Amino acid sequence: MTAESLAPVAPSRVFLAILRRDLTVARRELPYFLVRTALQPILFVVVFGFLLPKMGMIPRGYSTTMLPGVVALSLTLSAIQSVALPMMQDFGFTKEIEDRLLSPVPIQLVAVEKVFAGVLQGIVAALFVLPVARLIMGPIPGLSFANAPLLLAVTILGGAAFSAMGLYLGTGIAPQQIGLMFSVIVAPMIMFGCTYYPWAGLAHVPVMKWLVLINPLVYVSEGMRAALTPGVPHMPIAAILAALVVLTVLFMWMGLKAFDKRAMS
Amino acid sequence: MNAIETRSLRKVYPAPAVKKKRGVPAPPAPPSGGIVAIDALDLAVAEGEFFGVLGPNGAGKTTLIGILTTRVRITAGEAVVAGANVTTQPADVRRRIGVVPQRPNPDRSLSVIENLVFHATYFGISRADAHRRGQELLERLGIADKMNAKVDQLSGGQQQRLMIARALSHDPRVVFLDEPTVGLDPQARLSLWEILRELHAQGRTIVMSTHYMEEADQLCGRLAIIDQGKLLALDTPAALKLKAPGDTLVEVTFDGDATVVADAVRAMEGVSNAEARGPLLRVFSKRGGALIPALIDAGEAHGRIVRDIHLSRPSLETLFISLTGRKLT
Repeated sequence: MTAESLAPVAPSRVFLAILRRDLTVARRELPYFLVRTALQPILFVVVFGFLLPKMGMIPRGYSTTMLPGVVALSLTLSAIQSVALPMMQDFGFTKEIEDRLLSPVPIQLVAVEKVFAGVLQGIVAALFVLPVARLIMGPIPGLSFANAPLLLAVTILGGAAFSAMGLYLGTGIAPQQIGLMFSVIVAPMIMFGCTYYPWAGLAHVPVMKWLVLINPLVYVSEGMRAALTPGVPHMPIAAILAALVVLTVLFMWMGLKAFDKRAMS
Repeated sequence: MNAIETRSLRKVYPAPAVKKKRGVPAPPAPPSGGIVAIDALDLAVAEGEFFGVLGPNGAGKTTLIGILTTRVRITAGEAVVAGANVTTQPADVRRRIGVVPQRPNPDRSLSVIENLVFHATYFGISRADAHRRGQELLERLGIADKMNAKVDQLSGGQQQRLMIARALSHDPRVVFLDEPTVGLDPQARLSLWEILRELHAQGRTIVMSTHYMEEADQLCGRLAIIDQGKLLALDTPAALKLKAPGDTLVEVTFDGDATVVADAVRAMEGVSNAEARGPLLRVFSKRGGALIPALIDAGEAHGRIVRDIHLSRPSLETLFISLTGRKLT
């Protein structure tokens, strides 16, 4: 057996083994994951797509405008949480990640794997919410094969950007400040993320229109809008995709730096 | 060939930042160099040794193990473990070592056997082999009946065994254990000793840190005594005990500062050394217990009343105290 422990191990093999661990754990928690993912959009759809129009407070059809935002939210929140929460727990209290940090690969690979698993969970969340929304709200105008590549690209890039952001938040923020993270970072991001209104609509408030561009969620919402409700005005697709690529690289760089600082003393 | 070699190893942690408060004069700046955890440490551990690192809490034991297991960055010097440099080839080091942490940190989302199987696959071992090996290890460590249990259902001692099984799941050449018996009841500690002896008998190099004298004495072939990051002594337990002052240590606690008493006692016949630490007087003497009346008298002559007296025969403990002026635990 000793000879075996001397043989080099391919990093890809270790990566897949660690990914398999995360997927095994995620699969066991799938029911909770789906409930957590689906509940919020369903509530939104019930209030904005049914209650408020019934009361005459907002016009019918608003829910269609809102739908891409709801999908974007499910995708991004799942991606952030699936990376940030375990990171905070593992580094802060349980040190469970230690057994992976002792695996024979550069430790950055452990972080990259977490982000990869986060993207997969984000995709599952988006794919789950989409049919749920279709059931409640009726036909989705952009849901066609022609738009599938764009939908897929936005989902993957958005998931990557937000998983990487989760890596940064999970490793760069002290566990005691997790509540603060949600109220100071995540909540404003949702409100100003063009989730409940198209970016073009902000033309009425020009300052806001430019200010919200620092919000990464804007690009995922607009990307979903371009893919799911092409009739509603949205940002140029090229700009959306380029922004998502830049954000992914930026957050990945910041996240890996913060991870390294936590993982090695 | 040496399993472990360190040369002029040094680790300095950055000093914690001091926050300025308004209206309060700035506190004295911390030493600009930071906190020195390991200082100019040279060690060589031969393959197949059972090597102990002995020292009190805060001596630098955990930092040393952290460096050797590639989890702590070196400030200066170098360390080679199982033929690989911890700074430039950390993945190669990790492939060849097993680590049992100070506090069990099993993967709580997985069952007992899954902890072993997944960990082994992180080292490129196939799942079938990993499963077979995991079962063997659980049997050998006496927790096979917990195979499918959740980790939370294990007792502290059982979790520690699981950590040992995990450290062995990829058949490492060098096994590191950081104070493995802290928090275990005496029975669990003894059975852990048995397990460690068996591992050593199989030809593995074992490096264990501890602050229990008896443990170090019983298990280790060689011992490094460290304090404040420095190597104070390095030898077999037997040789170290010979180096211990050949005197009995008499510790007398007075009701007040013992400095004046120490000065008087040092001049007494048969006293090789005496020193005071607050109300505590430490006297090394061949006369042992026979010296006690004289010590009580010396105290009374300086207006001190005895509160407590303690005798220790020459041991690793008394050696440690004579080297550092501190107790181990």
